[in-house]
Amino acid sequence: MVALAEAVTHSAAGAALDIEQLSHAFDIDGTELPVLSDVSISVEPGEFVALLGPSGCGKSTLLRLVAGLDKPKAGRLREDEERIRSPHPSRVVVFQDPTLFPWRSVWDNVALGLEAQGVLKSQRHRVDAALDLVGLASFRNAYPHQLSGGMAQRVALARALVNDPKILILDEPLGKLDSLTRITMQAELVALWQRKGFTTLLVTHDAEEALVLANRVIVFSDRPARVKADIRVDRPYPRHRGDPYLADLRRQILGLLGLDATW
Amino acid sequence: MSTYSLSDGLASGAPRLSRAPLLAGWIRESGVGVLASIAWIAFGLSCLWWQDVGDWSRTHSLGIAAFVIAAIALFGTVGADYLGSAGRALHKRAPWLLTLGAFLTLWEVATAKLAWLPLPFFPPPQAIIEVYTDDLPKLLDSVFASVKLQLGGYLIGATVGFLTGVSIGWSRAVGYWVHPVLRFIGPLPATAWLPIAFFTFPSSWSASTFLIALATGFPVTVLTWSGVASVSNAYYDVARTLGAKPSFLVLKVAIPAALPHVFVGLFMGLGSSFAVLVVAEMVGVKAGLGWYLQWAQGWAAYANMYAALIVMSLLCSGAITLLFAIRDRLLVWQKGTVKW
Repeated sequence: MVALAEAVTHSAAGAALDIEQLSHAFDIDGTELPVLSDVSISVEPGEFVALLGPSGCGKSTLLRLVAGLDKPKAGRLREDEERIRSPHPSRVVVFQDPTLFPWRSVWDNVALGLEAQGVLKSQRHRVDAALDLVGLASFRNAYPHQLSGGMAQRVALARALVNDPKILILDEPLGKLDSLTRITMQAELVALWQRKGFTTLLVTHDAEEALVLANRVIVFSDRPARVKADIRVDRPYPRHRGDPYLADLRRQILGLLGLDATW
Repeated sequence: MSTYSLSDGLASGAPRLSRAPLLAGWIRESGVGVLASIAWIAFGLSCLWWQDVGDWSRTHSLGIAAFVIAAIALFGTVGADYLGSAGRALHKRAPWLLTLGAFLTLWEVATAKLAWLPLPFFPPPQAIIEVYTDDLPKLLDSVFASVKLQLGGYLIGATVGFLTGVSIGWSRAVGYWVHPVLRFIGPLPATAWLPIAFFTFPSSWSASTFLIALATGFPVTVLTWSGVASVSNAYYDVARTLGAKPSFLVLKVAIPAALPHVFVGLFMGLGSSFAVLVVAEMVGVKAGLGWYLQWAQGWAAYANMYAALIVMSLLCSGAITLLFAIRDRLLVWQKGTVKW
């Protein structure tokens, strides 16, 4: 519990994120394939924003741009008024696959960020705290191939959180988990976000997940992705899946995604 | 109830029922061990029973040694329950011990006693033992020379190959220049360089070191390179978002991820470097086991050849065992690797 408390005091509040007239395209065999078209989103510090859209519409590309892994063709990205030009540990991504390094133990995987930044020697307690936070302290010496899918994703989450990110970028992190583990981890995500206060960007194509987790849902069009709707979800946490208000929003969102005939 | 016929005898029927499975069980459990012991007794007898057709000084000691091994096999089998892991190890190897004893007996009889096999070419076991006892200093010198040459060449080749492989895999510019050279020179068998190497290098020792390094370096380079090239981009993305610099990406991501490939390269390099070592020693270097083989053949000392071959095989096998042990240590995180 001491370690937990320490982890909390370390927490940095979330950062603001400004996405201005962002456009991006891929070059595939000489032809240009547009993936993002004039996307502008302004995210307040500490907001939990879900990005929802048909699969392959370019949501994940947007996340890569926010993370600084790729450079946009046009437009600007700003974190707390500062241009995003390259990856930085204040913006950490959790990918759909946990992509743990198989040659490192759980503890060493979580320590990755601190080690890369050269501060591991003095900050070892933060690794322990992050492992406590996701409930995997007893698996510190296990190797990734010994973990279940949910546990591996928890380790990936701890690996991100140990850096005290100002913006946590989640690229369908629960997409490959079974439905039970998924529901548990959704609750854990909300709890972590509430406790730590970081800004969260979550890509998903599950409308229900977006509504249970986020306080803002942005719906994208087909590729090239454009912002189709920006919906506030003003409901207290923990949210109930059967909430009629959410059910109503869900119907609206599915309509925007072109599924109204079936609902 | 009982369906025995009267001729079996009712009185003897009951005890036989309980004793027979016990005996069968004992035979199944210990039979092979006892047979192994018998095979080694046979070997010992085959040494001592007849007169040798030739003049070998170690026949008597070999026979005694065979009896000692037979005794160990017998007591080890009978007392397996009290010997713990040693007893279990013996039990597991008993079929091999039996085969070996039978083979040695046959060998002894076919060579030293009845001379079925033409003699100078097929020496009996005691002749090989004689080499180990009487020619030991020269043999040890050869072992030492071979190990020194092999180790030097292999370490240089492995280090250069590893560094080259990582550089090609990592840097496009290095790849542009090194890749064509590698394609042109790499597939050439290192032994093809022998004639050139022996007059361009100042000594036959440095020439051989170069050739062994070459034979090792090629597979290590190619496999390290392919290992680095096949590292998933997702690993780099993760490391970069966590604040990794390029040096971290090479040392802590690319190299550990490529290590399983590197070990395949090291294994292949070890195999081809053995071949180069032996050829180089036979042709140019005046020392080492390859030279010893050549020398023994020149004197028609066939027992020495077999003795050197056995030592060589143990050394090569030992080197590979060592490499696998290092790999198992470094790659504990991998599952399902082959046990050597």
